[in-house]
Amino acid sequence: MTTAPTADRTTTVAARATELSKIYGQGETQVVALDRVSVGFRQAEFTAIMGPSGSGKSTLMHCVAGLDTFSSGSVRIGETELGSLKDKQLTRLRRDKIGFIFQAFNLLPTLTALENITLPMDIAGREPDKQWLDTVIRMVGLADRLSHRPSQLSGGQQQRVAVARALASRPDIIFGDEPTGNLDSRAGAEVLGFLRNSVRELGQTVVMVTHDPVAAAYADRVIFLADGRIVDEMDGPTADSVLDRMKRFDAQGRTS
Amino acid sequence: MFRTALRNVLAHKARLLMTVLAVMLGVAFVSGTLVFTNSLSAALQKQSAKGFDHVDVAITPEWREAEGGRTGEYYELTRELVDDSAAVPGAAQAIGTVQGFTAIAGKDGKLLGNGFQSQGGNYWGAKDPRYPLVSGVAPKNEGEILIDSETAKRAGYKVGDTVRMSVDGPVLEPEITGIFTTDDGNVAAGGSLTLFDTASAQKLFGKAGVFDEIAVKAKDGVSDTALRAQLEKALPSDAVETTTGTKLADDQSRAIASSMSGLKQGLLVFAGISLFVGTFIIANTFTMLVAQRTKELALMRAVGASRRQVTRSVLIEAFAVGTVAAVAGLVAGVGIGVGLRSLMGTLDAPMPDGPLVISPGTIASAFAVGILVTMLAAWLPGRRAARIPPVAAMSALHAQATTKSLVLRNTLGSLFSGAGVAVVLAATAMDGTDGQVPMGLGAVLLIIGVFVLTPLLSRPLIAAAAPVLRVFGVSGKLARQNSVRNPRRTAATASALMIGLTLITGMTVMAGSLQKSIDKMAASAIEADYMVSMANRHPLSPDVEKKLKQADGVTATSPMRNAYGLVDGEEAYMTGVNGATIGELTEFPVVQGAFEVGGTRIVVDEDTAKSHGWKAGSDVTITYEDDEKQRLTIAGVYQANELVSGVLIDTATLDPHESEAAGSGPADMMVMVKTADGTSDAAKEALEKTLGTNPAIKVQDKQDLSNEIAKMFTLILNMVYGLLAMAVIVAVLGVVNTLAMSVFERSQEIGMLRAIGLDRKGIKRMVRLESLVISLFGAVLGLGLGVFFGWAAGELVGSRMATYELVLPWARMGIFLLLAAVVGVLAALWPARRAARLNMLQAIKAE
Repeated sequence: MTTAPTADRTTTVAARATELSKIYGQGETQVVALDRVSVGFRQAEFTAIMGPSGSGKSTLMHCVAGLDTFSSGSVRIGETELGSLKDKQLTRLRRDKIGFIFQAFNLLPTLTALENITLPMDIAGREPDKQWLDTVIRMVGLADRLSHRPSQLSGGQQQRVAVARALASRPDIIFGDEPTGNLDSRAGAEVLGFLRNSVRELGQTVVMVTHDPVAAAYADRVIFLADGRIVDEMDGPTADSVLDRMKRFDAQGRTS
Repeated sequence: MFRTALRNVLAHKARLLMTVLAVMLGVAFVSGTLVFTNSLSAALQKQSAKGFDHVDVAITPEWREAEGGRTGEYYELTRELVDDSAAVPGAAQAIGTVQGFTAIAGKDGKLLGNGFQSQGGNYWGAKDPRYPLVSGVAPKNEGEILIDSETAKRAGYKVGDTVRMSVDGPVLEPEITGIFTTDDGNVAAGGSLTLFDTASAQKLFGKAGVFDEIAVKAKDGVSDTALRAQLEKALPSDAVETTTGTKLADDQSRAIASSMSGLKQGLLVFAGISLFVGTFIIANTFTMLVAQRTKELALMRAVGASRRQVTRSVLIEAFAVGTVAAVAGLVAGVGIGVGLRSLMGTLDAPMPDGPLVISPGTIASAFAVGILVTMLAAWLPGRRAARIPPVAAMSALHAQATTKSLVLRNTLGSLFSGAGVAVVLAATAMDGTDGQVPMGLGAVLLIIGVFVLTPLLSRPLIAAAAPVLRVFGVSGKLARQNSVRNPRRTAATASALMIGLTLITGMTVMAGSLQKSIDKMAASAIEADYMVSMANRHPLSPDVEKKLKQADGVTATSPMRNAYGLVDGEEAYMTGVNGATIGELTEFPVVQGAFEVGGTRIVVDEDTAKSHGWKAGSDVTITYEDDEKQRLTIAGVYQANELVSGVLIDTATLDPHESEAAGSGPADMMVMVKTADGTSDAAKEALEKTLGTNPAIKVQDKQDLSNEIAKMFTLILNMVYGLLAMAVIVAVLGVVNTLAMSVFERSQEIGMLRAIGLDRKGIKRMVRLESLVISLFGAVLGLGLGVFFGWAAGELVGSRMATYELVLPWARMGIFLLLAAVVGVLAALWPARRAARLNMLQAIKAE
């Protein structure tokens, strides 16, 4: 059993996966995407999940975020156990407790920037907290772009809208799936800066899947996955240290 | 190129499904029409040919012109002529025939059939070769008849039963002595045929000793032309006309063909409408397929494919789709042909038997229509595909909605619509017939204009629905925005529905208004409680009025007698009425003078007075049928209605000039009756009893009359609804198609919405509302245009009908709107399910 050192510290855990497995197919063609992974994501911490392609990093995030089903084990968001939830409850959980940032921005082209930001609250039929919304908008620097449509914004601006959308509903945890994958380095740095600030200043919990060591360096902690298992963990990462660790995977990949 | 095109068709099977279905339905309609009319025509031809089996030469009387402008008359075909005909060397047999209206009652005493197809004739001698007996024996006197086997079966009569029947006056109760089979087309079409012995038939039909026609059968080996030559020589040539059976059969079959071609054309018009609606779907589908393949097509251009090759590849795809649809449509069309025939069979119109005719022409038209329509509709998208620059292969853009400016389109649309409205309005100011062509032209212009303008109209109209949609929260908001996202596509989809609804609404408005006005016309000025007439609208025997006059409870009666004559040397429509009672039975608005009929005083309706320049007090000279002239005074001018118009003259003034001897006795088309108790079932029954419960005579009150008019309109309207339903079904396929496309194109968005917390129900609702918005948009446009056209056409007709008044069928229109909503919800079923079932993760990742 791979028990990576993810023991609970003093702070509370926003999300936790225990013995989480995800298996595709059966018999001969069986593929184990996640192999009894146990991991906790602490509140007000910025965690990056890294690993080579096919290591299961995206699958892990999808399962923990309630986007995908898993084969065995358990996932908790706060006090809620995801395994027992029906689609409808899962949807509500995502709506109320989780924020998302996708690689392809995924904004609705028909809505203005502001409407995109408040979309999760619109879906829930809630009035956005005006003060909080202003804070978020000011933080991502979109105050003068609110009535623009996504097609009138640059990629970096669109992703900032997506970040604001994730933050605006004050979710328990935000998941980012390669949030800088479609951005140039400057715009990417901006977005990562916002994410880090949201953790530092607003106490947000963020989990991000990335393959970019520079992006991972913005996180407080990096979890390394390979072949569906957590193989390593790094606190206070820098781009260099992450790159070194990743190179070891490449070496392993070549030798194995 | 050909292979890529075919691969594309196979790859997009699901997305082409609706296109294929739409084309298929149109083709099925066309080929179904052709199969049905061809089969029916063939069966009728065969039957009519059989009907002339016993006639090699037919002899009919010549018309003899009368002197002095009076109506002429026919020579009489006497028994002598029959015998002379039989005596020519080539003749095997000559049969004299007489026929006429013969009403026969069922066991319940009510008329069998609808009156117009109730025929009677004579049975020739002891064994008439025309009518083989199934059972019983030939009739010998007035108390004995034969009936056809179909009627016997329908009414449950058998040999030995007595039947109530009537020819014109009295009710007879003869015994059925036999039952025969016949190929008579009238019987095959649901009518009845009653046969009498020749002498009785001649007497009953008022043609004592005279025949209508002599049918001569040739001896074996004698051709009908040879027989005809012999007969021409033997008979007085100025008195009779001879025609060969072959020619009769040819004439008949030509008549059948021409009546069929009317039906065929009518049905094909509706098939054309369906196909036209179908082109919107085809164009939509191919536009989307091209947009989705932008990158792929650009790549082909980049590696050296010419523009023409790109266009061609799209057209080849269209060709493949059209072919598949044509084959499927042809098969379905044959099914429709069979179905229509059995449907007609179960209704009151039995069809003659015959094989199903699938002519090469039918097959050719199915393919031509299916393939041509598809390729034409795909032509524009194909052109657009060719304009994709090779560099597009490099860009990451995909499925961008066309953002091309709509300025040109809107300008064109406004011009067309404006011109259309102007022409239609101008046409309404014109006189009835003159206005038809401009009105049709204007209607076409306006429909095209509105169609071109729909993208522009979609925004404000759909925005108007926003307050309602807001109730549905974020789903409603997204649905509204999605529906105006690709205005061209939404417009094409809604237009398809609009066309069907425009026609349906227009027809409904027209029919409703016409019905109301005819109703009003027929009933408005009539004070009589009952109208008595023959079931086949032939003249009543004068006895009928006499009997009614003496009946208990009857306070006033007047015949409505058709009278022939000249007024001031010109033919005029004269009606003889009872001058003493007509004032009680009618209450026409009097325009001038007084409504006074009697002696030398007559009244004239407004239109007739105007066209002749008559006024109240004018004197006119009437030339009666017996050539006598009389000077009469116009006492008043009245406003006519549908039932009564023209010159009204007292029957007492007419009587001395009419006689049986002159060839036409008094022709009472109707008798108006007023009773002391007004209308009631009992009063009606009493009147019917007075007339001997005669199956040939109808006693109707105003309500019956009104119902009869309503029934006619309902029948026509239902037929039109049925035929237009096809166009609406095709339009529904279009909505399904558009939604499926939208869901497919927006799967990434839908995945994101699911991820950030919109549940399946919300997604479904979003798609459903989008569908609803598009359907209702089309419906509102259609209703609007339909009402406008209905109004305009009414203005045109109204210029000839005094009582015309626009009736807006609010309830019906509400139903149409509701139906459109149901259509919207139904069309969204499958796309909404698909959208809700989308795999979120794949949808988000898919690019």
